[in-house]
Amino acid sequence: MAKKIDDETIEYIGILSKLELSEEERQQAGTDMGKMLDYIDKMQELDTEGVEPISHIFRMENVFREDVVTNADAGEQMLVNAPRQKDNMFVVPPTF
Amino acid sequence: MPGQYETVIGLEVHVELATRTKIFCGCSTAFGGKPNTHTCPVCTGMPGTLPVLNRQVLNYAIAVGLATHCEIARYCKFDRKNYFYPDNPQNYQISQLYLPLCRNGYVDIETTEGTKKIGIHEIHMEEDAGKLFHDEQGSCSLVDYNRAGVPLIEIVSEPDMRSGEEAIAFLENLRTTIQYLGASDCKMNEGSMRADVNLSVREAGSNVYGTRTEMKNLNSFHAILRAVEGERARQIALLESGQSVELETRRWDEDRATSFPMRSKEDAKDYRYFPDPDLMPVRVSDELIEKIQKSQPELRPEKKARYQREFRLPDYDIDIITGFKHLADIFEETVAICRQPKKVSNWLMGETLRLLKEKDMDSEDICFSPEHLAGLIDLVERKVITSTVAKEVFELMFEKDIDPEQYVEASGLKTVRDENALQKAVEEVIASNPQSVEDYRNGKEKAIGFLVGQTMKAMKGQADPVRIKEILRICLTSANVL
Amino acid sequence: MNILSMTAVELSRAILAGRVTAVDAMEAVFDRMESLEEKVHAYITADREAAIRRAQAVQERIERKELTGLLAGVPVAVKDNICTEGILTTCASKMLSGFVPAYSAEAVYNLEKAGAVLIGKTNMDEFAMGSTTETSAYGVTKNPRNYDHVPGGSSGGSAAAVAAKECFFALGSDTGGSIRQPAGFCGVVGMKPTYGTVSRYGLVAYASSLDQIGPLTQDVTDCATVLEILASQDAKDSTSISRDDTDFSTALVKDVTGMRIGIPRDYLGNGVDSDVRNRILAAADVLQKKGATVEEFDLKLVEYAIPAYYTIASAEASSNLERFDGIKYGYRAKDYDGLHNLYKKSRSEGFGAEVKRRIMLGAFVLSSGYYDAYYLKALKVKALVKKAFDDAFSRYDLIMGPVAPTTAPKLGESLRDPLKMYLSDIYTISANLAGLPAICVPCGEDSKGLPVGLQLIGDCFQEKKLLRAAYTYEQSRKETCGDARAI
Repeated sequence: MAKKIDDETIEYIGILSKLELSEEERQQAGTDMGKMLDYIDKMQELDTEGVEPISHIFRMENVFREDVVTNADAGEQMLVNAPRQKDNMFVVPPTF
Repeated sequence: MPGQYETVIGLEVHVELATRTKIFCGCSTAFGGKPNTHTCPVCTGMPGTLPVLNRQVLNYAIAVGLATHCEIARYCKFDRKNYFYPDNPQNYQISQLYLPLCRNGYVDIETTEGTKKIGIHEIHMEEDAGKLFHDEQGSCSLVDYNRAGVPLIEIVSEPDMRSGEEAIAFLENLRTTIQYLGASDCKMNEGSMRADVNLSVREAGSNVYGTRTEMKNLNSFHAILRAVEGERARQIALLESGQSVELETRRWDEDRATSFPMRSKEDAKDYRYFPDPDLMPVRVSDELIEKIQKSQPELRPEKKARYQREFRLPDYDIDIITGFKHLADIFEETVAICRQPKKVSNWLMGETLRLLKEKDMDSEDICFSPEHLAGLIDLVERKVITSTVAKEVFELMFEKDIDPEQYVEASGLKTVRDENALQKAVEEVIASNPQSVEDYRNGKEKAIGFLVGQTMKAMKGQADPVRIKEILRICLTSANVL
Repeated sequence: MNILSMTAVELSRAILAGRVTAVDAMEAVFDRMESLEEKVHAYITADREAAIRRAQAVQERIERKELTGLLAGVPVAVKDNICTEGILTTCASKMLSGFVPAYSAEAVYNLEKAGAVLIGKTNMDEFAMGSTTETSAYGVTKNPRNYDHVPGGSSGGSAAAVAAKECFFALGSDTGGSIRQPAGFCGVVGMKPTYGTVSRYGLVAYASSLDQIGPLTQDVTDCATVLEILASQDAKDSTSISRDDTDFSTALVKDVTGMRIGIPRDYLGNGVDSDVRNRILAAADVLQKKGATVEEFDLKLVEYAIPAYYTIASAEASSNLERFDGIKYGYRAKDYDGLHNLYKKSRSEGFGAEVKRRIMLGAFVLSSGYYDAYYLKALKVKALVKKAFDDAFSRYDLIMGPVAPTTAPKLGESLRDPLKMYLSDIYTISANLAGLPAICVPCGEDSKGLPVGLQLIGDCFQEKKLLRAAYTYEQSRKETCGDARAI
């Protein structure tokens, strides 16, 4: 039984991930995600009671840098790839 | 009746830490600078770049946690908070949700009913966002990432405050403590200390919290006080009219003295926090905590006690001077040079505070050096200048830290000791103020004060008023010269 | 002298000896590309003049004896999700069209320090999401062994370039098999080192906790040599580790006496093509004859690795790819109405279908109410998978099996059913989940003449064991079959 991913969920996921889908894409996304979730639900079979979740394989801790300025004035370097810029700043639609 | 409602306030305080570099890259945190020049591929979110934690951020955060009586977690992690906004170059903020660094602390505040403990729920480390500017033509906004990645701690209080005044007292206490630690300059006007206010109301006596709102964009203590009042009134009005308060984030508009909801259908408020896989966990050792504990500087309560012991200043003076770390530093350094605590205190409590208020400045911005203040006190002590002249000189010192001795010399402000010149000035004043002369002779002792004042004015303050009075008396009582 | 018949190590020796120049080598690569690229399409960016200039500069340094390294003058192809200073880096996505980074990946710096010369950037699945190199926004790469088939993916361009001799070696990235599987499909050597061995700085992240850069080469000797140069602890990557055992070429010893090798029963079970199974069993024979013991065993939790992998990879990807928003670099939609519409349009037009599918799945599994059931659960499964491998490595030095259940599928077959495509990663993803090193070496062909890849998986930090076994196998095959490829 394929999991039903309704339009509302797809709409919500679209807001979260900033993707705009056409009607056709929405349908497809719902089906695909349903199938995929059905499949990954297999994990639920496994008893993980008391298992510590791990993000990293190694117990590496305390990776620091010292508080020393190592970067020079960036000048205009950070903006060379910007689709639009003005006064050495990135241009975005009005946020006010 | 509004009087039946109790206000419940919790604060989320963001403080920019005084590190030299950003939290995850080697860019300078210096304030100002041309837009996007204090940036690098890491803090502008370029593809493939990675964060590495600045050790000093952890040290400062632990110091603040210890000073606010928090439990320091021995194991903490960074999480990603995902949301799209242009001030956030990666569209996620690296913060701490699941395992924050500090928990369960408190600070004491003074209220009309005595000392009150305000709980601290947690303190965590995170990165600041960039700045958005609105283009003058209004057609777009512009993004500057110089502040993006500046280290922050977020201090989340328990909902323990019951009035705007208590909220301010809590913030003042935090500010003083953090300034004492040197962990931040805590300047609200530059944004290095910011507070969001969570507020709800409930009927007095109830032990259930009402629905709260979160208010943002509060840039001064004044704004916080007004916003608390405004929001309290708004919520009570809603409840009184049978409506309910909505759980939401609101933006305080200081000009219009009201708040507006920040809602948008594009703003789902589902941050999808998860542990940042680019950063390794932090383990805090007992040794590190001990080391930081040992190197904690003298904090305000200890300093107050010492001032009473060592300097025997009035409590009122101690309270004010120790209220600002920078002020206390200037006080101690000046006293170390001139050994006159009360005189130093007088200059700080009087002229300094007056000028700060007049110019709307923070005590952090004081620029005169202790050497110069000590020099000025010495000039007055040695009667080289009068206190009137001293105040004038001080104003210049306050503005641009001039050397008082040099300035007095160069500007010829020394007290005039030339008896002939004094005599001449007194005679002129007597001649042009017959009414006061008559009053004095008729037994009105007070009239002489006016004449002293007139003579001082004629001498541009550069005379010893005691000597002037003596000369006046001699002139007025001696034979009817005039 | 046929330059292109040399391996990377042979070429650098010839260059250092003055028999060939770096420029000759680069010219040879571009001549080869001229005749083959039209069919193979391994590269997204390859600028002949610029590459020749780089080769000239390196040659001068070699002649001044400034460069004496193991890869001096050797032309290298780099996967297009690895940043190269001043050179277009697109991740095979429209979203990064026109992006020219101001920095190179640490791995690229390490190669340049060793004298390698960049040819260009290779094609891949968009943002490394795919197993066929068909999701690229810049066209499909074809398998040089049979143009009707895919080269595998996501490092399909790199694998194809090595197989077609359009480079001497290449860099790829491996998140769930993206180096090993295309190496297997194209009949070359590919290796994913232990997580943290090669700096990820400058590798455009797909799934940060699983991504590793590694080499694709013509033989095991080149593989060990290149990995030796790539490996370094990098202060810019908090997840990179310090190792003092990166002299990998010392492991090129033809001896597996006493080595215990396990084959997980599931790895040869249902769903595995019989030709593939037979080639792997033949390889097991070869190793056994050389003194290793090989036996089948039950590796636990194999079937749970894929769901955990796709949960973790999608979740991390959904966050990692948020920075592509049309503001700082890359593609920006032409028409939009306000900020959020700019985000939505730029991303919807800039990302391809597979990338969007994974971003949405990732956003879902992290969203409010689902985090514990999916993401956190997956991290727990990951812990159990790691433990299952720990158990296995208490009994075996290495684990062996096929790199994929089949040989390279035909073009256009895989994308029709994404889930089926995901399932074909079954033998490779466990190594990423558990951070293990793994290598793929060619082990013959199926009945259609397509290469079969033998995968060896080692415990963390056991690259030397892997390389020794792989080298022994490769050399033994050469002895018995002459040109290894001819089986």
